[in-house]
Amino acid sequence: MRVPHVVVEGVPAPLPQLRLAVLDIVEGAHAWHLWGLLGWQDIRQRYRRSTLGPFWLTISMGAMVGGLGLLYAGLFNQNVADYLPSLALGFIVWGLLATLVNENCNAFIDAESIIKQIQLPLSIHVYRVVWRNLIIFAHNLLIFIVVAAIFKIWPGWAGLLALPALALIGMNGVWIGILLGLVSARFRDVPQIVASVMQIAFFFTPIIWTQRSLSGHGWILKLNPFLYFLDLLRAPLLGQIPPLNYWPTALAMTLCGWALALFMYRIYRRRIAYWL
Amino acid sequence: MARIQLDRVSVQFPIYNANTRSLKKSLMHRTTAGRIARDAGDRVCIEALNDVTLTFERGDRIGLVGANGAGKTTLLRVLAGVYEPTLGTIHRDGRVAPLFDIALGIDPEATGYDNILIRGAFLGLRRQEVCARMDEIAAFTELGDYLAMPVRTYSSGMKLRLAFAVSTCVAAEIALMDEWIGVGDAAFVGKAERRITDLVERAGILVLASHNSELLERTCTKGIMLQHGKISATGTIRDVLREYDSHRSAG
Repeated sequence: MRVPHVVVEGVPAPLPQLRLAVLDIVEGAHAWHLWGLLGWQDIRQRYRRSTLGPFWLTISMGAMVGGLGLLYAGLFNQNVADYLPSLALGFIVWGLLATLVNENCNAFIDAESIIKQIQLPLSIHVYRVVWRNLIIFAHNLLIFIVVAAIFKIWPGWAGLLALPALALIGMNGVWIGILLGLVSARFRDVPQIVASVMQIAFFFTPIIWTQRSLSGHGWILKLNPFLYFLDLLRAPLLGQIPPLNYWPTALAMTLCGWALALFMYRIYRRRIAYWL
Repeated sequence: MARIQLDRVSVQFPIYNANTRSLKKSLMHRTTAGRIARDAGDRVCIEALNDVTLTFERGDRIGLVGANGAGKTTLLRVLAGVYEPTLGTIHRDGRVAPLFDIALGIDPEATGYDNILIRGAFLGLRRQEVCARMDEIAAFTELGDYLAMPVRTYSSGMKLRLAFAVSTCVAAEIALMDEWIGVGDAAFVGKAERRITDLVERAGILVLASHNSELLERTCTKGIMLQHGKISATGTIRDVLREYDSHRSAG
C-alpha cells in the first residue's frame, strides 16, 4: 500500500509517535462521557419519532429469526427446539460482529466535521461505534431471552463465560476500528470491499448451518476468524462450553490485531485529519 | 498559562484523485516496479504552510490577514491541534476554544437541551457541569420553552442563538476564530456582540482570521500577514493592515 511519506522527515523518533498513539487510545477511553453520549445519540437519532424506537431493531431481527428458524428447521430436517435458539443467537451475535467491522470503516470518515474542528483523541470515534453496536446488541438479546423462555433453555454457570467473550469482542472492535477506519479514510473503496467480504464470511460461518452438518471440510471452517468469536459468545448462552482451543486462538488473534493496529496508528494517526 | 509556539512549521496536503484513493490501483502500482511506481510517489502536494515560526504570549490579540488560500484556515487548524504539522514542532499551553463552526454537533432531531449537553461534551464538560450552567445558557438563548422542542422546528435565527450560546459558554485560554461569529437576528446582535467581546477579553490569546480591516483594527493588537503559506509581514495590526492594503492594490 502506498501512503504518502512526506511525514517521515517531521517525525523525530519512532518512540514518541508510539507513545502518542497509545495516549490517543487511552485518553479516548477516558472520554467515555463523550462517546457514550454520542453513541446513544446515534441510536436515538435513527429512531426518533418512532414509538418503539430502537426496539424496531429487535422486532425486525426477531421476525427474521422466527421466520428463517422455522423454514430452515424444516428444510434441513432439524429439530426446531435445538435449531432455533442456536440460529437466533447466531444471527444476533453475527449482527454485532458484522456491524462492528462494517461501521468501523466509517468511524473517522463520518466524524470529519468533528475531527477538523476540535482536537480530541481520534479513538473516541471508534469507541463511539463500538458502544453504539453494543447497545444494539443488548436490544437484540431480548429476542434470545424470548426464544430461551419458549424452549426452556437456561444457560446455567456456563452462561457467565459470555461476559468475558463480549468484552473480548469489544476489544477487537476497537482495534478493527482503528485499523479499518484509518485505511478507509485513505482509500475510500475499502468499506465496499469489507462489506463484500463480510457478506461472504456470513455464509462461511456456522449460523444457518451447524458444524455437525459439514462433514469432511472442517479445516476450511477453522480458517474463519469469526467462527471463534461467534462461538465464544454463543455457546455459553446456550449452556455449552466452547471448544478448549477457542479462547487461546481468539486471544492470539486479538493480540496480533492490536499489534497491527498500533503499528499502523503509530505511523498514520497524524495523517488522518489530512485525508478527510 | 496561555502560550503557543510554532517552530518552522510546514503543512503539506497530498492531493488525491480517484486513482490514488483506490486501493486496487495502489496495489497494482506496487507490483509494477520502477518508473510508474516512482511517478505515483511524486504526488502533487499543496504547500499550505511553509516554514512558519511564531510565538504567541498571554495577552496577544492577533489578526490574521491574507488572500483566500493564503493559509489562514490551515494555520488556525494547526493552532487548534487538528492538523499535526508535517514538519516542525508546535508547543501549546492552555485550553483552546475553536470557534470555526459553531454548529458543530448540532443534531436537528434532538431537543435544544440535548444539544446543549452534546455540545458541552465536545468542549470537555461533564453532564453535571453542563447542567450547572444550563439555566445561564438557556436564559442567554431567550428560547424559553422552545428548548424542549427538537431543533429542526427552530428558525435559522433560533438555531444560531442556540449554537452561539453553547459554544461560547466555556471560558478558554486560547480563542481561535475564522471570521467573527455573526448572529443575524437583530435583537440578538448586541447581546451576542457583548458576549463574544467578553469571551475574547477573558481569553489569554485570541487569533482571528478576517477580511474585515475595521474589525481587525478594533479587536487585535498584532497582525500577521500570510502569503502562499508563508509569513510575509508581522507587527502591529495597523502596520500589517497597511502592508496588506498596499500589497493588494499593487498586486
